Amino acid sequence: MIRAVMVMNTQGKARLAKFYDFQDSRLVYKHYATLYFVLVFDSSENELAMLDLIQVFVETLDKCFKNVCELDLVFNYSKVFNDEFSLNPILTGEKIHTILDEIIFGGQVLETSSTEVMKAVEEISRLETASNSITLVPKAVSGWRNR
Amino acid sequence: MAGGTSSSIMETFFQRNLEDLIKGLRLQLIGESAFISKALDEIRREVKSTDPHTKSNAIHKLSYLASLHFHDMSWAAFHVVEVMSSSRFAHKRIGYQAASLSFHDDTPVLLLITNQLRKDLTSTNEFEVSLALECLSRISTTDLARDLTPEIFTLLSTTKLFVRRKAIGVALRVFAKYPDAVRVCFKRLVENLESPDQQILSAVVGVFCELASNDPGSYLPLAPEFYRILIDSKNNWVLIKVLKIFAKLAPLEPRLAKRVVEPICEHMRRTGAKSLMFECVRTVVSSFSEYESAVKLAVVKIRELLVDDDPNLKYLGLRGLSIVTLKHSWAVLENKEVVIKSLSDADPNIKLESLRLVMAMVSESNVVEISRVLVNYSLKSDPEFCNEILGSILSTCSRNVYEIIVDFDWYVSLLGEMSRIPHCQKGDEIENQLIDIGMRVNDVRPELVQVARDLLIDPALLGNPFLHRILSAAAWVSGEYVEFSRNPFELMEALLQPRTSLLPPSIRAVYIHSAFKVLVFCLHSFILQKGHFTSSCPDNLVPGISALALKREMPESSDLITCEAPPTHGEQDEGFNPRVSNQSCEDLSVEHDGDRTISHGQTSMHDSSEKNSFTYESIVNLINVVELALDPLTGSHDVEVLERARNVLCFIELIKAELPECLVQKETSVDSEDVKAFKIIELMSDAFSEELGPVSVSAQERVPLPEGLILKENLDDLETICGEVQVPPSNLFSFGSPYGEEKGVFFSDLHSKEESEPSTEATSLLTEHRKRHGLYYLPSEKNEILANDYPPANDSKWKNNLNNDTEDLVKLTAQSLVSNKKPNHAKPRPVVVKLDDGDVGSISAKRPEAKDDLLSGAVREVLLGSDVIPTSQSNESNKSFGKRKGKEKLNMEPSTELKENLGDSEKPDLEKPRSRRSKHRTHGKDRRHKSPENINEEREENGLRGKQKSSHRHARHKARQRADALLTVVSQTPVIPDFLL
Repeated sequence: MIRAVMVMNTQGKARLAKFYDFQDSRLVYKHYATLYFVLVFDSSENELAMLDLIQVFVETLDKCFKNVCELDLVFNYSKVFNDEFSLNPILTGEKIHTILDEIIFGGQVLETSSTEVMKAVEEISRLETASNSITLVPKAVSGWRNR
Repeated sequence: MAGGTSSSIMETFFQRNLEDLIKGLRLQLIGESAFISKALDEIRREVKSTDPHTKSNAIHKLSYLASLHFHDMSWAAFHVVEVMSSSRFAHKRIGYQAASLSFHDDTPVLLLITNQLRKDLTSTNEFEVSLALECLSRISTTDLARDLTPEIFTLLSTTKLFVRRKAIGVALRVFAKYPDAVRVCFKRLVENLESPDQQILSAVVGVFCELASNDPGSYLPLAPEFYRILIDSKNNWVLIKVLKIFAKLAPLEPRLAKRVVEPICEHMRRTGAKSLMFECVRTVVSSFSEYESAVKLAVVKIRELLVDDDPNLKYLGLRGLSIVTLKHSWAVLENKEVVIKSLSDADPNIKLESLRLVMAMVSESNVVEISRVLVNYSLKSDPEFCNEILGSILSTCSRNVYEIIVDFDWYVSLLGEMSRIPHCQKGDEIENQLIDIGMRVNDVRPELVQVARDLLIDPALLGNPFLHRILSAAAWVSGEYVEFSRNPFELMEALLQPRTSLLPPSIRAVYIHSAFKVLVFCLHSFILQKGHFTSSCPDNLVPGISALALKREMPESSDLITCEAPPTHGEQDEGFNPRVSNQSCEDLSVEHDGDRTISHGQTSMHDSSEKNSFTYESIVNLINVVELALDPLTGSHDVEVLERARNVLCFIELIKAELPECLVQKETSVDSEDVKAFKIIELMSDAFSEELGPVSVSAQERVPLPEGLILKENLDDLETICGEVQVPPSNLFSFGSPYGEEKGVFFSDLHSKEESEPSTEATSLLTEHRKRHGLYYLPSEKNEILANDYPPANDSKWKNNLNNDTEDLVKLTAQSLVSNKKPNHAKPRPVVVKLDDGDVGSISAKRPEAKDDLLSGAVREVLLGSDVIPTSQSNESNKSFGKRKGKEKLNMEPSTELKENLGDSEKPDLEKPRSRRSKHRTHGKDRRHKSPENINEEREENGLRGKQKSSHRHARHKARQRADALLTVVSQTPVIPDFLL
């Protein structure tokens, strides 16, 4: 299984770290511009397949952010997917985590098609915005009224 | 009221969200940690807010800080639960993410989330379900797994593929935490193997790959399913996982390997994907290595990888090659050039891997050449890789007590050469091996002493801290085996040279002690030689005998004359001019060389000339050198150095008084030798001549347990620790014979070789050095009142050990001698002392894994059919389960055994093969409705296994029957029906 996924920049600063299990064994990484994508895994994964998986991950990020760069990852936590709701601060989706969770689930490779991943991520974003837009207005209004 | 609400509104609008936090963190001017602690204070306040929005936002920020800045967030666990239970998806998501990030088995609030998880698992919104599943896959505990098993069971066959995939993934964690869940969910999991959806298939195969990697035996019955996937699937991800599974299963079932190997080769030939191709290669070389044609094909493919430009592929090619090598060494030899060339690759991993491969090629016949190539190579490479090379040479050559070394003289000089490589940092290992070889290999000692001398005599080496350990070993060797030294005087000067002050005290102490040994040796030889001349023994008598004779004479004569210190010694000593004595010392070595060249082969002649070298002048000079060098050390701050130096000095005081007398009386009579000094020297010499041998790793275990000593009863945990420590198979001990008996031999051995060129160079270096620092070598007079006798400064512990085991050891030496295979070499391999000790290996062999046993037991039950399985009504039944599983784990026998003890437990005639056979058939039939095309195969396998294993099994039946009896009493009705049968 996959033990951990890490993304760090060339200075060694972590931009993403996700652990599925706390034993390490083998490791592959791929270097894109200022970022290193690292996968830690054990003997039940194939090294080249893991490299491909990094490729899938980066491809998906690329589709999501239109030419992904380090700053996208830094701000991924607050990057808003649907621009029309961008005024609402709660619309943050942990973009990278969402993407990663669709690709790797509990250390198992779940989805290797970036289009499928994108579909799910879009769906989740829509759901989030929907759940917020419904309740935000009444709440704000009632708040002001009480005042 | 209004105030409270408005503050929450204000909070909502003015709360910093995560984006603000991240931006602030990048722009902060107060320092990152200060900024973060300020943010954390804010979060602590916000998280208590009644407004879910504020709260979730705070948790969101906190989980960011926890995941990327590694701040503890366990304190917020309860708030996380609150956020998780929010009805809004966005909040829920934040809560779940935070939970999977921060919760672990000991988080107390885990008890609170069971219902929330259950609710979300049954939600109609598939994304909510997937949130819960994701969380469960990372934090599931035994309790959660048990309580939520029914929900997982439902989800495993849901029509929503998006969710089903994740449910399959979660099953892995649930099984690991709660093995009984297997009985509920396993069948559905297996059904998913037939799913037409590639993603589902990929997930379920991944889960089985994970399960099978821990306990492949239990999943053998599923082999037909996997086989079908192997043939049908076009998805590389799935195929890779299936190959992983077969790599585990094939070694357990030869028939299976036979069927699978051809499809795998087909994939290997056909596929364009390197990942799949490499996986095929790896599967073949690791699990199908007996199929010659498949391995050949794999090696061809490996070669393709090796010559590829992509360093990843090259690396994997080397990896593959190193797996093949274990069984087929020809594969490496075929690709030898590529491997050697890879040693100079830019990629450090490739270099390391090829180094490993080169070392794997090493054998008795080529170790010399390969080491030569590698040592040359290490001179050219960077420090890190240089030490990698040296380390692997050292470990390969010392493997199995120097198994592959035939020419120890060569190896010892290689060690000396390695010490001089500039980047060498393997001091510890070389130190160990120098001493180890000295103790184990009798024949190599002359060369060893020569190597040690070359190291000691070079003043430049003392400046390199990495070499200090090696020098320590060299000093010890030269002191311990000084009898093989060509020139003890030179050795003494090397040991006492001024630059030794650069050494750490502990090593300096070794130097001083070795100097002591050399001194005693010189004095003793001097006396022997004198006895040789003065006694009436004929010249051709070997010195050993004369020594014995001397010893015999001593007790009688010692009574006759009680010696007083001669009053004149002070004047006598003063008479020696330092320059003269130095001169004589150098003359001496020249003289040696002359002698050597003349007296080749004429041992008796040679002996006498060698004896001559210990002149009175040289001895006195020697003593002066020692005194001068050690005197300043009596003020040393290090206890060890101080003590050693004092030992030597006091010894000198003891004998010095009577030494001149020896000279005076040399010509007069034999009786004059019976002065006290001789006795002391004899004593010391005897003490030092006691051979030190290697100590067995298990020496401690052989010491009988003293009575009344109560040890903790259960030491299992300790044993697992010790088992790892005691890995080295080597066992050691000493020679029975003290070297005294062999004295006659060594001098003759010694001079069969010419003095080597570098050593004379080193000698001249030393001479020059001595001239420059002449003042250090001035003799001086010290007339202290001497102290009483010192006990021999030898370590008594060693001796005790040796004495206790002497008999054993001698026996074992003989054994190892017998078992030693001697290859056909020009030079016979010297005896290397070692012993085979069975118990060391067995300790580390067993390693119980309780959890896996439970899991695999449950899997076997489900797969192989049974009717007496309680889920988890009582603790008692659970316990008995655990015990029984443990037993099964021992004999990796998957199917038939289980059926016996579960299905047939009530039948009395368990052991008759007929009943077993019939059971197989029913099993086969039962499976028919599920996958009819596989019956034949299945039955074949089972039958075969039954035949193979039946012989082993009888012994275990009794114990198992008892356990089964217990089980059937406890459990009455099957709660979960068996799905597979």
